[in-house]
Amino acid sequence: MTKNIMIVGVGGQGTLLTSRILGGLLMDAGYDVKLSEVHGMAQRGGSVVTFVRYGEKVYEPIVEEGQADVIIAFERLEALRYAHFLKKGGKLIVNDQRIDPITVVIGATKYPEAIIEGLKEEMDVHAVDGMKKAIEIGNSKVFNIVVLGVAAKYMEFSKEDWIKVIEKTVPPKTVEMNCKAFLTGYESSENE
Amino acid sequence: MSETKIMLGNEAISRGAYEAGVKVSAAYPGTPSTEISETIIQYPEIYAEWSPNEKVAMEVAIGASISGVRAMASMKHVGVNVASDPLFTISYAGVNGGLVLVAADDPGLYSSQNEQDTRLVARAAMVPVLEPSDSQEAKDFVKIAFDLSEQYDTPVIVRTTTRLSHSQGPVVLEERLNIEDKVYERNISKFVMMPGNAKVRHLYVEKRMKEMANDLCNSPINKVEYQDKKIGFITCGIAYQYVKEVCPNASVLKLGMVNPLPRKLIEEFAKEVETLYIFEELEPVIEEQVKSWGIAAIGKEIFTIQGEYSANMLRERVLKEDLSLEKAKDVPARPPILCPGCPHRSVYSVLKKLKIHGAGDIGCYTLGAVAPLNVVDTTVCMGASISTLHGMEKAKGKDYIKDWVAVIGDSTFMHTGINSLMNMVYNKSSATVMILDNSTTGMTGHQDHAATGKTLMGEDAPAINIFQLCKSLGIEHVYEVNAFDLVALEKMIKEEVNRDALSVIITKSPCVLIKGLKFPNKCITIPGKCVKCGACLKPGCPALTKNEDGTVSINEIMCNGCGLCMDLCKFGAIEKVGTNS
Repeated sequence: MTKNIMIVGVGGQGTLLTSRILGGLLMDAGYDVKLSEVHGMAQRGGSVVTFVRYGEKVYEPIVEEGQADVIIAFERLEALRYAHFLKKGGKLIVNDQRIDPITVVIGATKYPEAIIEGLKEEMDVHAVDGMKKAIEIGNSKVFNIVVLGVAAKYMEFSKEDWIKVIEKTVPPKTVEMNCKAFLTGYESSENE
Repeated sequence: MSETKIMLGNEAISRGAYEAGVKVSAAYPGTPSTEISETIIQYPEIYAEWSPNEKVAMEVAIGASISGVRAMASMKHVGVNVASDPLFTISYAGVNGGLVLVAADDPGLYSSQNEQDTRLVARAAMVPVLEPSDSQEAKDFVKIAFDLSEQYDTPVIVRTTTRLSHSQGPVVLEERLNIEDKVYERNISKFVMMPGNAKVRHLYVEKRMKEMANDLCNSPINKVEYQDKKIGFITCGIAYQYVKEVCPNASVLKLGMVNPLPRKLIEEFAKEVETLYIFEELEPVIEEQVKSWGIAAIGKEIFTIQGEYSANMLRERVLKEDLSLEKAKDVPARPPILCPGCPHRSVYSVLKKLKIHGAGDIGCYTLGAVAPLNVVDTTVCMGASISTLHGMEKAKGKDYIKDWVAVIGDSTFMHTGINSLMNMVYNKSSATVMILDNSTTGMTGHQDHAATGKTLMGEDAPAINIFQLCKSLGIEHVYEVNAFDLVALEKMIKEEVNRDALSVIITKSPCVLIKGLKFPNKCITIPGKCVKCGACLKPGCPALTKNEDGTVSINEIMCNGCGLCMDLCKFGAIEKVGTNS
């Protein structure tokens, strides 16, 4: 059975690093893996999505609407944009952060209110303030790994497997901080 | 045991080149092809360069091939247009060492100005095309392409698409082949394409393409998978994966060679299946040929020409499933924008204030076309800013372009902008050209070029001085200015657009995403001073947010401390402070 994961966010939030960690983990676990990324223009602050699929044999590299087992959203509005990709019974992890798109900054549209509350009525959502936790441990940049740590709770791999792949994927100087960030997310509970 | 590694399609292509024994690689960056060159430099056996444009890259690869080594050029689909002059003729001449062009198409226009299909160019140039469908095949097909190139005396195109280039999948690594250099022998009738020789070679090209169409019917790169014969698909590239996903039991003819088409193989397959679908992204290249042979098939009647394909497209249009997927309504769009601290934003804020139109070009600064900047009026292709502005002046006269400038980046200027500027000098233009020099090829992910002082392989190189280059054309009015010096910039632009002579303004400030650059400052708001005028918000910096009460706050993580908002604030409500990091 092929499993589908999506990582969505705003260009520059580190979706590519996150998907590389995930890809490495799945390869190590012996799965056939395909990942699909966005490079180029959309990376300049646009909406970005990375698809990750794994199983015994994977054909297409993209996750289609209604088929994601897990969606990791680094920003609230992006969670809303891609929520319809989640399958029934899937899990949506949302980093509780707001980044205004230019259409909101210039007043052409409004940033939707109460996104997380609305999504919670329709699907299984776990919200986390990754940025706050990252600042607490001393580096705002690793908020994405905190969020990945939260998502890892809903996947079938051991903490040790994750740490192993983070150690070999991120730049050597940042290993300690990234592992700390991952564990902060992994060991947190939703209502703290 | 052989090693398996997860690789981007593009990384697998460069691995394929390495294993095929390639010695020379030349390219100009362009999404989605850029990572081919960026990853090929891990192999010291290969000389790899960024050339100033795709025509030069193609010719470098051609020269290497003629000298007897295996050589590769890589570029995006529109780059193939720039390289089409050498491509069309080297198709006649053929090769000595194997010659492969990797062309990366962009269905769905993730980062391009059009959605053209390289297979049509290849048909016109009479060049064979292989199209892989995942990372493993990307590597394998590059190696096959080099063999075919030498066997059939032809350049070979490996066509990829954004989805393939930017998807990762497992790849089994093999050793590099030990390919001996071919002996170079002077062969005027083959390598000098003047009319008498080219006529003979044209006949050879016709014969070659017929032979390949015939011979490759038996090649494993074209795969027939007979299962349930009620439905049959002819497909290629990434589209194959969607077919396997949705119709795992259908019969499939997966074409690895998409030009020329293996006709006999297709005719046999068509006879075996009841309903034949042709599922190919972009143009109906396979479909039109197959239908012209009198074969009934369903293709673009139900599938699109525009855009990327998906498994859901097959579910809806072939299986007639009602997916009725409900999207959230009224989700604000999030288009790409210039980064916080981008020097282009500063330049555009001045052009906007002066109500000047920009004849635009290809790069991050194309984003000056959209709100809130709305400065760029035109974008066609690499280098076109300067020449289109010249055309306007010649059509309408000097006064007509007093509120126009051409805006072009440094890498794009070195690509083909320089030709257009030579034309302005020669044909007596009075235009104002602005070269937004941010010291890198920004949009494609920060590649070096002839004016940065570094090569693709990381060596120091002479940095061509753009100021001196313009001066050397005999242009009297060439100026350099800091992109963030709003006062100097405004004065200079006003003077130059009103001058009855050609002038070049080079704004020099590096891209904020260049690796290793440090930003020691950030901007903060001073409580109580904001009068809610909104002047700082006008250039659309994403680090700024308008609060509920109309005042402004600055996101300290996003801010790079460029000071543009501070300079635009007349009430001293924003100041620049140092950071410790």
